[in-house]
Amino acid sequence: MALVAGPRALFDKVWDAHVVVQREDGQNLLWIDRHFLHEGSFHAFDKLKGRGAEVARPDLTFGIEDHYVPTRVRDLAKIDPAIRDMIERLRGNASRHHLKLFGLDDPGQGIVHVVGPEQGLTLPGLTIVCGDSHTATHGAFGALAFGIGASEVAHVLMTQTLWQKRPKRMRINVDGKLAPGIVAKDIALSIIAAIGADGAAGHAMEYAGSSVRALSMEGRLTLCNLSIEAGGRCGMVAPDETTIAYLRGRPFAPQGADFDRAAADWLALASDADAVFDKEVSLDGSGIAPIVTWGTSPEDALPITMAVPDPDKAGDPGRAAHIRDAIDYMGLKPGQKLTDIRVDRIFIGSCTNSRIEDMRAAAAVLAGRKAQVPGLVSPGSAQVKRQAEEEGLDRIFTAAGLEWVDSGCSMCVGMNGDLVAPGERCASTTNRNFRGRQGPGSRTHLMSPAMAAAAAVTGHLTDMRPLLKGRN
Amino acid sequence: MEAFTKLNGMACPLPLSSVDTDQLIPARFMKRSRAEGYGGFLLHDLRFDEAGAPRPDFPLNAPERAGAQVIVARRNFGSGSSREAAVYALVDYGIRCVIAPSFGDIFASNAVNNGLLPAKVTEADGESLIAALEDGAHDMLVDLEDCRIVVGNLSVPFTVDPVWRTKLLNGWDDIDLTMSQADAIKAFVAADVQARPWAMPRRGG
Repeated sequence: MALVAGPRALFDKVWDAHVVVQREDGQNLLWIDRHFLHEGSFHAFDKLKGRGAEVARPDLTFGIEDHYVPTRVRDLAKIDPAIRDMIERLRGNASRHHLKLFGLDDPGQGIVHVVGPEQGLTLPGLTIVCGDSHTATHGAFGALAFGIGASEVAHVLMTQTLWQKRPKRMRINVDGKLAPGIVAKDIALSIIAAIGADGAAGHAMEYAGSSVRALSMEGRLTLCNLSIEAGGRCGMVAPDETTIAYLRGRPFAPQGADFDRAAADWLALASDADAVFDKEVSLDGSGIAPIVTWGTSPEDALPITMAVPDPDKAGDPGRAAHIRDAIDYMGLKPGQKLTDIRVDRIFIGSCTNSRIEDMRAAAAVLAGRKAQVPGLVSPGSAQVKRQAEEEGLDRIFTAAGLEWVDSGCSMCVGMNGDLVAPGERCASTTNRNFRGRQGPGSRTHLMSPAMAAAAAVTGHLTDMRPLLKGRN
Repeated sequence: MEAFTKLNGMACPLPLSSVDTDQLIPARFMKRSRAEGYGGFLLHDLRFDEAGAPRPDFPLNAPERAGAQVIVARRNFGSGSSREAAVYALVDYGIRCVIAPSFGDIFASNAVNNGLLPAKVTEADGESLIAALEDGAHDMLVDLEDCRIVVGNLSVPFTVDPVWRTKLLNGWDDIDLTMSQADAIKAFVAADVQARPWAMPRRGG
């Protein structure tokens, strides 16, 4: 079904291959290749029950326990009954509808956006949905992946399709060699600061340019993960040899000759050279410094060398009001140097930054050093945990005084009880610095794993670059 | 789903930008079923203090805004998570329309699926509406047929995606619409298996 004549972008190629029905008013009925569920999916199952409906394609539907799972005690008999009930509801629904479930005791368990790629369930050219806004993560493989609400989850469960309007296309070009220690998190936060937390609303984002091409799959996953924090429902990177090498041999990915056929199709998904975008933004990758957030929106992000902004110097009244509210909530002063901000704890984990490279980057800073504040390190999956332990990274974390726990969404969203106390300030590798996100009254500063590790070592927000001198 | 054509109701100004989904419904309240109602938790940590007492200076707590059906906010309303509970909280509280210069995409789509209108206005018109309400206006007319908002002598246009507008005007439910396309879905699947044999997860993983 050729829906766009002429040169097409990566996004168009994937979208067009999934259009089941195109309505005159611009609505498209899209086929969905993968549907991931977590404990929060109970609303959708309640809707299914209300209609007496069944799951249309159990073979394309996968349950993963991540949002509410305990990270310290895995025995469900020993946890808060209300949280246990959330996990048991997912188990009940998965078993009733014969769905593959990555439960707490499964060696493949972890955060859905870490597990999908690890298992080879995430592939280029697929449509992937999940009732979680960070589903854009899977776009790192050149999949069209986006978060949906409970009504849409119910719709996909019942039909394996979804009505969507075609978004506009936006390309973010990041070119140049990143300075040592600069990672995807710094690129993503720089983009969000540049275009705003709603800068990509209504757009499908594609990340391109030499800085992006040089990123590993782990880095691309972090980059695409944060698309929603720029307002973009999906973010994509064109498949290339890095993508293919990552996928070869993954459990649910095609094997042998089937894989080679698939790889040829995947490499053809890259945007045509003359593809046109509704919006293009360019960033100089070589100029990016370590970034931290100071406020309560991911767009409140600045290089660590800068200071807290002054609301009186903001251009428009809306922005001034936001800065005033944000620094009041965060307990900061205009003009205060970012490196003077003391932290109470750190958290390394979440679907944004919990992969093996993230663990290694944090360990590189922490090795042989002591944390001045308490902190939690939660690897993104049981598999990441095993690998990190084989590499001895867990011993670096625990020797530094940090807690090394099991995998889950954990302190990013606090649903499992891993919380930042009211008024406490946390240096966090997560994706949202919203008020109260990590617990009522919590104060969150977003940053990369190496930066969170540096904050642990010094007890305040810190430029990690001097701490890496002579290492790596 | 209840159709939305014209709404004449109490409006409340909420002069905040980036009212995110974690504000609309903090995660700790999301374990309950919909039947239990989410309205009491709408904007919980902004509406109530640590002891659970209403904050007197929060606009929705003003006695004269009791029964509000419309909220007028600043840009980036509903940014953040895909939690539909953010919409449940608004709808269960009694809100039928949110007016703002921009919305989180997933939030807006969830809103439409629950009959809540996300009406987009320019930043300037948004500020005028907030000012009119802060000056004492209460009642607001939101006309989805004409895409117009009227408060006192002030009348401003708003935009909403045309597909969403039709859906809201008719109170349509997507699933019934999709079920009528069963043959098209079947034909798609048959062709797709040939075109993209690699798209199926490998058996046994």
